[in-house]
Amino acid sequence: MAKLDQTRAPIYEALSRFQRERVVPFDVPGHKRGKGNPDLTAFLGQKAMSVDVNSMKPLDNLCHPVSVIRDAEELAADAFGAHHAFFMVGGTTSAVQSMILSCCKRGDKIILPRNVHRSAINALILCGAHPVYVNPETDQRLGISLGMSMAVLEDTIRQHPDAKAVFVNNPTYYGICSNLQAIVDLAHAHGMMALVDEAHGTHFYFYDDMPLSAMAAGADMASVSMHKSGGSLTQSSFLLTGPRVNADYVRQVINLTQTTSGSYLLMSSLDISRRNLAIHGEEIFQKVRELARYARAEINAIGDYYAFCRELINGDSVFDFDTTKLSIHTLDVGLAGIEVYDILRDEYDIQTEFGDLGNLLAYISVGDRRQDIERLVSALAEIRRRYKKGKAGMLTQEYIPPLVVDTPQNAFYAEKESLPLEETVGRVCTEFVMCYPPGIPILAPGEEVTPQILDYIRYAIEKGCSLTGPEDLNIQRLNVEKGV
Amino acid sequence: MQLWFTERHTPHVKFSIRVDRQLYSAQSEFQRIDVFDSQEFGRFLTLDGYMMLTEKDEFIYHEMMTHVPMAVHPDVKRVLVIGAGDGGVIRELTCYPTIEQIDLVEIDELVVEVCKKYLPQTACRLDDPRLHIYYEDGLRYIRRCEDLYDLIIVDSTDPFGPGEGLFTKEFYGNCFKALHEDGIMVNQHESPFYENDAAAMERAHKRIVESFPISRVYQAHIPTYPSGHWLFGFASKKYHPVHDLRAAAWNLLGLGTRYYNTRLHVGAFALPSYVEEMLRNVE
Repeated sequence: MAKLDQTRAPIYEALSRFQRERVVPFDVPGHKRGKGNPDLTAFLGQKAMSVDVNSMKPLDNLCHPVSVIRDAEELAADAFGAHHAFFMVGGTTSAVQSMILSCCKRGDKIILPRNVHRSAINALILCGAHPVYVNPETDQRLGISLGMSMAVLEDTIRQHPDAKAVFVNNPTYYGICSNLQAIVDLAHAHGMMALVDEAHGTHFYFYDDMPLSAMAAGADMASVSMHKSGGSLTQSSFLLTGPRVNADYVRQVINLTQTTSGSYLLMSSLDISRRNLAIHGEEIFQKVRELARYARAEINAIGDYYAFCRELINGDSVFDFDTTKLSIHTLDVGLAGIEVYDILRDEYDIQTEFGDLGNLLAYISVGDRRQDIERLVSALAEIRRRYKKGKAGMLTQEYIPPLVVDTPQNAFYAEKESLPLEETVGRVCTEFVMCYPPGIPILAPGEEVTPQILDYIRYAIEKGCSLTGPEDLNIQRLNVEKGV
Repeated sequence: MQLWFTERHTPHVKFSIRVDRQLYSAQSEFQRIDVFDSQEFGRFLTLDGYMMLTEKDEFIYHEMMTHVPMAVHPDVKRVLVIGAGDGGVIRELTCYPTIEQIDLVEIDELVVEVCKKYLPQTACRLDDPRLHIYYEDGLRYIRRCEDLYDLIIVDSTDPFGPGEGLFTKEFYGNCFKALHEDGIMVNQHESPFYENDAAAMERAHKRIVESFPISRVYQAHIPTYPSGHWLFGFASKKYHPVHDLRAAAWNLLGLGTRYYNTRLHVGAFALPSYVEEMLRNVE
């Protein structure tokens, strides 16, 4: 697929040249290659400090790339089969927001599933667009939201033919994929943009036998978390665009909120990681998939745990499954996923990605070794031996269809008052409440608080979920619209 | 010409043995394996550059790993040995005619091959008919075992590299499950002296205390291991390592050990005060 020389890494090469030139710095950053901050240099290492530099002629400028950053972006676009690729240093959050801000303005409609990451709804607060939610199907046993059902999407588009874009998260954190090709085609047939939050799907671009990637499906924009399965540093990410998108306008949108001091640590990590994936992606993801397959088989052999996979595929809301994901249903052990997550960390020194009410997600990557997988599996076996109990009284994750009363922007900026949680029923919430990770909101600004939602919040707190979002960090009170 | 093998015991302490010649060097799937000849310690084996055994002092380690539990448990029939590809523990175990089955789980087949070829002093009983060798991860093997063994001997490398899974709570818990109701587990327990070894030692003890009702630590002096002061763990479901010592019965066996004896058995559980305090801190 790639046509350019993917063994090149222009930003990395420019930084290496720059280091050899021993330029005397009379510019920022003030630590001057680490000399001005010996403690930090001792901690991070001289090498890292020496490439923490500012934009300058030989190193280009992220806001207005004309040389090495432009070349690196072209290589990235080529590797991902995109028309253009943007280096993002504000995380995939900023990539998702830039996608939405590029397509929607105040009053526009955007169709999206409600189980999106908070960053998507944050963008609606910024631009004032109206969300039109597609309620995702839920798997009753697992208690997880599935992908977008085509019938529901068709119906939604019929009711809102004036929507500007369809936004889809694919794959989900758990590895569920929607029928991306059909979604993109349907959106385009109705003159809408197709935007994909592909935070968990970087590897789709570098291994043949994987679910369809956004660019291959003809999507207009995609946000790719290189720092997840791609191996780059935390907070570095790609925004990919297709041929129907004016990339220069997208850059202007990105520059509304992105830093003017893009970190060369993050940019070089993107550049080197892209090169690595382009050259070694096949073998890397072959190994990851094999590790995940082995772990699933061993975990399912323990009993009571259910590490799910392609058997969930149903041709619609589970159109495909990302087999590099290791998601484990824990309720039959009598423990919530978050409880297993806590026991693994507190007693077994094993940190997993997240636990929700019914499931645990262990992130498998190229950095894992077989012996680490053995530890995880053995610890799960021990937890079952020591803690197994009946599942009476265990709640599964429920998808609670939101009652959208106001746009996120109106609600966020509305006159508000702070009320104790139990007095908020029937009121319009002006802030987010979510479990983190995965960071999918239980309540978003503009939505009505219901008794069902409060029950869910209380249960999640009781089970030890980390709830975030509200101004009140203790989640005792919520902000609601005044007088509404 | 002077050729020296050097191991860093801490970032600031080195231990060196003058080498006569290097006999073997290879990188297996799991680790680098080297065998040397030396004047002072005879032949010795290193893994990833860490001393595993020398011909001169290996008897101390292997006798203390094996005879301490064997002199306590009255009727050991099935034994599981994890690690120990050099065969030293197996050599000691095969002295007991009452043992019916020994399962050896070693992750690295190459270690066994190399020891058979270069270290016959320890590998001499690896063809005993009671012995079955399984080449797999110890943590994986033991997951499937329930109520199977009278004795488990964990002859692991250090808690980094291929042996790190053998210092974890999930491993000790699985050992508990794999033992009969009167079973004993003995493990290589690191050293209390240098800071990093001591931290690993405390951590292992904490994890064992959480998993077994009886957990005691004993010591030996092993000149080629960091600081020379080495500890072993004795974890048990029923037998106390000192109160239940069957000294007379063991002495009747007449095994002719060079380091272990039943008087030393009792003394080995008497630890220096600073070590007692470290153990108490995590109990």
